[in-house]
Amino acid sequence: MKPAILETKDIHVAFNGVKAADGVNLRVGEGEFLAVIGPNGSGKTTLLNICTGYIKPQSGRVCLEGKDITRLGPRAIARRGVARAFQIPQLFSDQRVIDNMMLALAAKDGLWSAIRPLETEARHQEATRLLELVGLADDAKRISRTLPEGHRKLLDIAVAMALKPRLLLLDEPTSGVSVLERFPLMEALMAALRQARITALFVEHDMEVVARYANRVLVWNAGQIMAEGRPDDVFSDARVLERVVGVA
Amino acid sequence: MLNAIIPLLLDSLASAALIFFAAVGLTLVFSVLRVLNVAHGSLYSIGGYVAASACLFIASRQMNPYLSFVALLFSAVFVAAIFGPVVERSLVRWTYGKSEAVQILITFGLFLMLEDLQRMIFGVQSYYEDTPMRLLGTTNLSGVVYLNYQIVLIVMAVAVVVGLRFLIRHTRTGRLMTAVVADREMAQAVGIDTNRIFMLAFSLGVFLAALGGALATPTSGIAPGLGADTMVLAFAVAAIGGLGQIEGAAVASLIVGLARVLAIYVAPELDAVAPYAAMLVVLLIRPYGLFGSTSVRRV
Amino acid sequence: MRTILAAAGILVIAALPLVAPWLQFVLTLAVAKGFAALGVAVLLRAGLISIGHAMFFAASAYGVTFLARLGVNDFAVLLAVSVLAAAAVGAIVGSFLVRYRAIFFAMLNLAVSMVFYALCAKLYGVTGGTDGMPVPIPTIFGISLGEAAFKQVLFYVSLMLIVIVGAAVHRYLDSPLGHALSAVHTNEIRLEYLGIPVWAVLLIAYVISAALAGLGGAIAGFAIGRVVPDFAFWTASGHLVLVAVLGGIGGVPGAFIGAFFLELLHSAAVTVTDAWNLVVGAALIIVIMFLPRGFYGFFEREKASAL
Repeated sequence: MKPAILETKDIHVAFNGVKAADGVNLRVGEGEFLAVIGPNGSGKTTLLNICTGYIKPQSGRVCLEGKDITRLGPRAIARRGVARAFQIPQLFSDQRVIDNMMLALAAKDGLWSAIRPLETEARHQEATRLLELVGLADDAKRISRTLPEGHRKLLDIAVAMALKPRLLLLDEPTSGVSVLERFPLMEALMAALRQARITALFVEHDMEVVARYANRVLVWNAGQIMAEGRPDDVFSDARVLERVVGVA
Repeated sequence: MLNAIIPLLLDSLASAALIFFAAVGLTLVFSVLRVLNVAHGSLYSIGGYVAASACLFIASRQMNPYLSFVALLFSAVFVAAIFGPVVERSLVRWTYGKSEAVQILITFGLFLMLEDLQRMIFGVQSYYEDTPMRLLGTTNLSGVVYLNYQIVLIVMAVAVVVGLRFLIRHTRTGRLMTAVVADREMAQAVGIDTNRIFMLAFSLGVFLAALGGALATPTSGIAPGLGADTMVLAFAVAAIGGLGQIEGAAVASLIVGLARVLAIYVAPELDAVAPYAAMLVVLLIRPYGLFGSTSVRRV
Repeated sequence: MRTILAAAGILVIAALPLVAPWLQFVLTLAVAKGFAALGVAVLLRAGLISIGHAMFFAASAYGVTFLARLGVNDFAVLLAVSVLAAAAVGAIVGSFLVRYRAIFFAMLNLAVSMVFYALCAKLYGVTGGTDGMPVPIPTIFGISLGEAAFKQVLFYVSLMLIVIVGAAVHRYLDSPLGHALSAVHTNEIRLEYLGIPVWAVLLIAYVISAALAGLGGAIAGFAIGRVVPDFAFWTASGHLVLVAVLGGIGGVPGAFIGAFFLELLHSAAVTVTDAWNLVVGAALIIVIMFLPRGFYGFFEREKASAL
């Protein structure tokens, strides 16, 4: 068994009595590509909020490479190598696409210069490389507000990648991305993750994407892990089929 | 002992009443329109100018001096009728849904214009017209002399609190206002004429400001710069109570009134500092004011 | 191209007093307000509106008189130390205020500045009360000058400072920290998730903006020869925001364009009407409604539409 990069131990969270996480023990192994699936409103995004310190669990612990990060906020956790792409893209929408990227790169290596410009040769190259990866190189100079929703989503992922994280959390990476672009995007993403040795946890709705790219699937239902295992095993589980995959 | 405390208490309450009049309209407008009206203080001073002019007119024509009480009230109605709908329709309405910076700047522009308008119409001299206060006379209670007008101010302030509560809880317009405050889009969706509510609420705010100015004139007179001074005071009180909280403004007025009077008795040079110091302390501990609340942004 | 325009603008302003000597005072004051408005504009980039920056303007001018009273008489030292004092006040106030946003940020700045104003007006023994205090004419590198000569030097030094400080602020705004500052306006959540401490970004901006307001205040104190509590009154803060917005918050030139425009218009308008505030108030409303990017937006419009 590979060493765990992220572990949660008996996490409990409730909003106004509604249980969003009810004793969750989650383990993400080094180099894994773990998919989390589950019906709408089952608390999948809450799971990501907990893992990144945006929500503090009422009880339980979150550990990153064995160290307790339960009480840390999103900023501290980000600095420890966890990056996140959001379901609704979180961008600096008044700034250019390339500036979004370069600010992320600067956050990693040199924010504290008030004198040297944001745009350096190295940053520009790296930003362009990542934009090419997600297919946004042609949009580099656009103001990110003006991008179509699918492209905003791609930029959001590229920004998270720019942090060169150890662990990448993706919240429905392919939602809002057109069907034609879905698989090319996933291929590029997988290649990049492998190349940079980034572990990833992704929440996903598209079962085809899950079946093809995840090496492990975790089924989330009503704040609990209902099943987990290899994609083919999980998808052949009758309970899962009924609850999550539905008639499809 | 009691002889020392009662005047202090009465002074505080009367001071609180005047402060409350300055602040309540501001907080009401903020709660319904979500706009912080920087020109609020000017509407207060315009109310004062109009009331003083009306009282002076009554005195000069040797009319029944008791008419000045009517004049105080009608000045406020007059100012509200002139400025309320026009300002809301032309300027404030344009800022709905825009950033606070835009709202503050637009109303600051209005403030600058109103300050000059007052100077052009009423000149730069001070007005002292205390007929209403003299008419009511004084009461002598165990050797201490009280102004009856102070009592009237306190009663009026309580009446405004009760009246607003009644308006908001028990009238149709008030319930519609509550609905708009709770969820503006939902209110629009169910067919409430939000524009009408905004105009009414803004005019009511102007009325309360002008009434405050009118009621303050007999005791403290009126001079250029009053609008700017009142504005920050109203701001401080509204912020202490929690922006948009009417009862909060009432409690905050009591706190500030007491702080001011205490300062006058103990350290007179700190009189003007007291309201802002109180505001600072409260906001640093409770940024949304004593009665305020906030909603958290969700991912 | 824009550098040439800016250089030409500065040269024209430098030459104006040769034609009309009375303009020198007006223009020096415009530079002073321009610096302070630039400070306000820095914070506006993060979407934060401060109705209290006149406090730093006044604090620095008071700082000059206090230092002068202690026997410091050198222009450069007075200017530098009072700006540092304003920055220090900014660091203290800022460390409390950068947690707040929107209207609460605006209000707390107002509250702090009004406490400052009231103290200046009331502590007669220290600040001279509402009469204020005189700002002496300092020596420049040991040379004592007459009033007229000093004011002339002050004017040209201020113009030079526009170039130097303006370039520095421009670089700051283009640096990672400057971009992070604008990013606060659009998406704080993403900033936190990038591991960027928003409070530190804002505190640095707050200190810079306080220092800029302080620089303006010191220049104004020297030019006027007196500092009074009204320097810190909230309407003065409002005017600084107004200058920043009229000029356009898009870049460094905006604040100065706004300040020169307003001060020149003012000196022209007083000969015609005394309803100056009426004119400015109406202008402010019109600019916000119809020119959301300010006057500076005129110059930038072409670039914006090309995107």
